[in-house]
Amino acid sequence: MQKMYSETSRAERVNNMVPKEETIRFLLDYSKALSVIDYHKLKFEALLN
Amino acid sequence: MKQSTTTDAFLVSAYMNGNESALSELITRHKQRIYSFIYSKVFNRDIAEDIFQDTFIKVIKTLKKGAYNEEGKFLPWVMRIAHNLVIDHFRKNNRMPKFENKDDFNIFSVLSDNSLNIEKRMIKGQVENDVKRLIEELPEDQKQVLIMRMYKDMSFKEISEQTGVSINTALGRMRYALINLRKVIEKHNIVLTN
Repeated sequence: MQKMYSETSRAERVNNMVPKEETIRFLLDYSKALSVIDYHKLKFEALLN
Repeated sequence: MKQSTTTDAFLVSAYMNGNESALSELITRHKQRIYSFIYSKVFNRDIAEDIFQDTFIKVIKTLKKGAYNEEGKFLPWVMRIAHNLVIDHFRKNNRMPKFENKDDFNIFSVLSDNSLNIEKRMIKGQVENDVKRLIEELPEDQKQVLIMRMYKDMSFKEISEQTGVSINTALGRMRYALINLRKVIEKHNIVLTN
């Protein structure tokens, strides 16, 4: 009984989720590599490693 | 301590001015709410991870292009992007339902490719040629009725009108044509299957 009541609810579990560290690392690396070049009102994206 | 009190607007502005660590702070600050929101809709960790990633790729591109204006708040804006990507995900999956093969069910057991492959097409051509050669061996009156019925798709009424015989005679000729064809096929052990 105690176990049942002390279990975290599904909603609580869902609200405490975080993305993987590697996803965040990818995003930060992507951000560093992405460069937007302005040329005569045109914007070009370039991924530089 | 100072960083946690910095507003999102300040961090966004710093990031747009080239401060990469501001993005890290923004992600750290909001990752739980955004990821939990996505997960609560898709209930799949891998899909949630993909949508989270795509959301921030859009955020990064928009901010780097300078296309973001601080009219609303940063978090509601990111949540809106995530929400739209979740909808896109469900739309895409409805259009192309995905079946995963499991031990008790394999989608390829109910799906088949009905179009003939090159080998089957060649065999079909050969069978058709053999049948034509066999028809050539039939007596002229039977051959005429069979060709009109099977190749020209004429009714027995039309055949009787064109050949000047009664419908019963035309039917009889067709019957004998088929009997004779079967006899020749059996006699020479000809295989006419694809």
